[in-house]
Formats: sequence, structure tokens, C-alpha cells
Amino acid sequence: MSTLPTSPQSAESAIGTSRVKRGMAEQLKGGVIMDVVNAEQAKIAEDAGAVAVMALERVPADIRKDGGVARMSDPNMIEEIIEAVSIPVMAKSRIGHFVEAQVLQSLGVDYIDESEVLTPADEVNHSDKWAYTTPFVCGATNLGEALRRIAEGAAMIRSKGEAGTGNVVEAVRHLRQIKNEIARLRGYDNNELFAAAKELRAPYELVKEVAELGKLPVVLFSAGGVATPADAALMRQLGAEGVFVGSGIFKSGDPAKRAAAIVKATTFFDDPKIIADASRNLGEAMVGINCDTLPESERYANRGW
Amino acid sequence: MTHTPGNPVIGVLALQGDVREHLIALAAADAVARPVRRPEELAEVDALVIPGGESTTMSKLAVLFGMLEPLRERVRAGLPVYGTCAGMIMLADKLLDGREDQETLGGIDMIVRRNAFGRQNESFEAKVDFAGIEGGPVEGVFIRAPWVESVGAAAEVLATYDGHTVAVRQGNVLATSFHPELTGDDRVHAYFVDMVRAGL
Repeated sequence: MSTLPTSPQSAESAIGTSRVKRGMAEQLKGGVIMDVVNAEQAKIAEDAGAVAVMALERVPADIRKDGGVARMSDPNMIEEIIEAVSIPVMAKSRIGHFVEAQVLQSLGVDYIDESEVLTPADEVNHSDKWAYTTPFVCGATNLGEALRRIAEGAAMIRSKGEAGTGNVVEAVRHLRQIKNEIARLRGYDNNELFAAAKELRAPYELVKEVAELGKLPVVLFSAGGVATPADAALMRQLGAEGVFVGSGIFKSGDPAKRAAAIVKATTFFDDPKIIADASRNLGEAMVGINCDTLPESERYANRGW
Repeated sequence: MTHTPGNPVIGVLALQGDVREHLIALAAADAVARPVRRPEELAEVDALVIPGGESTTMSKLAVLFGMLEPLRERVRAGLPVYGTCAGMIMLADKLLDGREDQETLGGIDMIVRRNAFGRQNESFEAKVDFAGIEGGPVEGVFIRAPWVESVGAAAEVLATYDGHTVAVRQGNVLATSFHPELTGDDRVHAYFVDMVRAGL
């Protein structure tokens, strides 16, 4: 495990350790985590086989449409969702808004997503995620960003993609970037790892760990633009250990059916026949946005550093 | 059965969960480990591990993908199985605090309470004394973990923590509330591989 600081442990038993935080994400592998905005949607997601739900007030597609400042969700809504389902519940805090994170921990959510989908509260600092018992997942567009988040205490990483677009192109770009940079590190000798750490702007110890493991020291999911079963399988084949699906499900014509189909394609990501069957008659997919027409200011992936 | 002399072939149910960690731990314990997602893959293993994961999801996927009945049949026919956390839930004859429609395979005459140790903020690590495993207590990693409320006469309690049963064996079937696969301590997996060898 990481050589970075972890929560204090007693000889008897210890909560909030790196092992239980990262281990929680290990349990989600191979699964689909779905954005939901109310208890009813949470139940649909659970029925479809989601491994967890992300409770938020508006899905990213609506945040895009509505504009304005996007914040942590209403605690009542989060608690209703916790009550409604038996699977883990995640919720989003703004980047650097450590009080929203404190509130989410007090509500008893199982994971906090310090998310670029919400409007950042701090343009320099992310939250110190070691300070919490609740584990954090953070987005990343490249390896350096992923390792900075892990250094801050993130116990799970998701490639960012471009949330709320229904367009998988950015998800592919970011996941490929992370995987390629890891592969490059594998080929470096010890002399080169110091310079690599400097270039990645990440702690040397973590860079060395990744070079040895050939993977991140935490679970890596993919997010931001997955809208179809084939999209989900694509991200899995590219090396994601699971997928987040945001607007793609509840902005489509038949959410229950699409949710189940995406779960199926995520499990059998390497079986085109099953993916084909899962893709039949799903009704309308979310409309989607071409990412190259998105102005820079509307690119969520640029938030966080 | 396709058993060949040498190391037993042990499948890891790969519908969802920490499959990779179990494959690594089993290989370290001198088993031939492979993922199992389909009935035909299940037919080719000498034993099975049901990993940690989200038990409601795993149960649902087993139904959805036609694995539930083949799994039940093989467990009934005496297949050695080891389940961790969600896997323990799958092996329970009776479940408390599960979803109403949640199917289990059964295999151990025990009543298991899902998420009994609490949500993620209550997840913890602790040393656990494990009957039949030498070299001191094993490291128990408990994540939204279940515990065993009660066991039948045929089941043997192998470990308790804080007054709650957290490891049980009944014949060829083994279950733990905690996740040895996350610790790098392969003794519980070695214990299971020994069980499998003894039965071959």
C-alpha cells in the first residue's frame, strides 16, 4: 500500500484506514455506479444491478442546461436515497469545499466524490481527504492529476471524461492518457523515476509505486459521457475497472431497460454477442453534445488541477 | 470435473467484485486460479471462491445471467466453496436485512445479517483469531460487513469478533465476513486450498 500517511490506528481495531477506504472501491469493481436524483431513480438503478448510486440534485446534462452554481445536494434528498436502497450511496462535494465534505460524512454516505461537475469552491486547493473517515473518489484527466489526488487522500480515481455530454470521446482520451502514462513508467529505470515524478508533478513514492505495480494503487473507474452498453464495454476493454454513468441513463427514453443493459455490457465487456443483445431496442439514447463545439469555459474536465 | 494431478483448479465468480485480489491470493496459495462468469466455465473448476462485492448486485447478476441454478446445483453436489463478505451472504441458507427478492445459493446452515457492522464509515480493520490457522491472528478487513447471527448443528464457528461470528465452515464450504484477499496474508486462502485438496 501507499507509504503516504494514513489515519491513526489502534492495536484493537481501526476505522477509516487506507485499506478499508481503498478496499471499499475494490468491492465495486466490475460494476456500474449510476447518478440518481431521487429515491425512485435510486430504486430503478438498484433493480437494474447498479453497485452503487451517486445522489445528486441534477444530473450533469441538466447542470449544463440550467447553468448557475452547482452545489452539494440537499441532505434530505441524500438521506431519502440512503433509506431507499441497500447498495452504497455516494454524493458529490465541490472541489475544495471541505465543509460540504464534512456534511456528507456526517450524513453517512459511503463515498464522497470531490467532483468537477459541481462548481469549484477553491481554485487552488482540493480538500485534504486524509482528514475523513469516509473515502473519496476524484476525477483525473492524466496520471499526474490522479496521483496528486491520491496524495491528497483519494481512495479511488475515475477518469473524468466530459460529464453531461453523452459523448464518450473525452472519457476515452483521459483513460488512454492515464493508461499510456502508466505503461511508460513501467519502462523507466530507477534513475528516470525522479525526473518522471517532477514532470508528473506527483510525489516520487507514488510514481515509484505505480511503476512497480503497473497500475494505480487505487481502483480506476471511467466516467463522463458513457451513454450506451457499448460505451461501457469500450471503457472496460480500455482498462477501466468499472464505470460511472451519469446523465446517460435517466436522460434516455427507457431508463430501467438501459440501466440493466449497461450493467450487462459492463460485466460481459469482452463478449460482443452479449453486448449486441444488450443494445437491442433500448429506445432513445440521450441526445448528446459534440465536445469540439463545447467552449473551454463549459468543459468540466478543466476544473481541478 | 477436469482435475489433473497437481494443483487444484479454483474458479473465482467474476460477476462483480474484488476478483483480481482473490486470483492473486489463490495463485500464492498454489492453486490454479481463473475467473468464472459462465455455466460452462463453472463446470471446469474443482472449487469456487465467491468474492467480496455488492451482494445484492451479485445476486441479481447471477439470476440475470443464468448462473444461479448451475451454482446451486454444484454447491448441493459438494463443490468446495469459499465466500468472503458478499460471498458469505451468497452462501447463507437464510439472510436478514437483504432485499426482499435477494437470492442466495445457500450451502451453510446459518443466518447472516447483511451490513451488520454498519455502513462504510463503520468499516474497520482488526486482528482475528482463526481456529485451524497457525501463526497468530489473521488481519480482518471488514467493509460494510455482514455477521452470522446463528449457525446450525452442522456448521462450525472458526472465528468471532466482538462477540459476533465472522468465520464459519460446514463441510466443504467456508465463509468469512472479512476480506483476507485485501491483506497480502494468504493463510485463509491456503486453508481453503487445503480443504479442496483433502476432498479431491
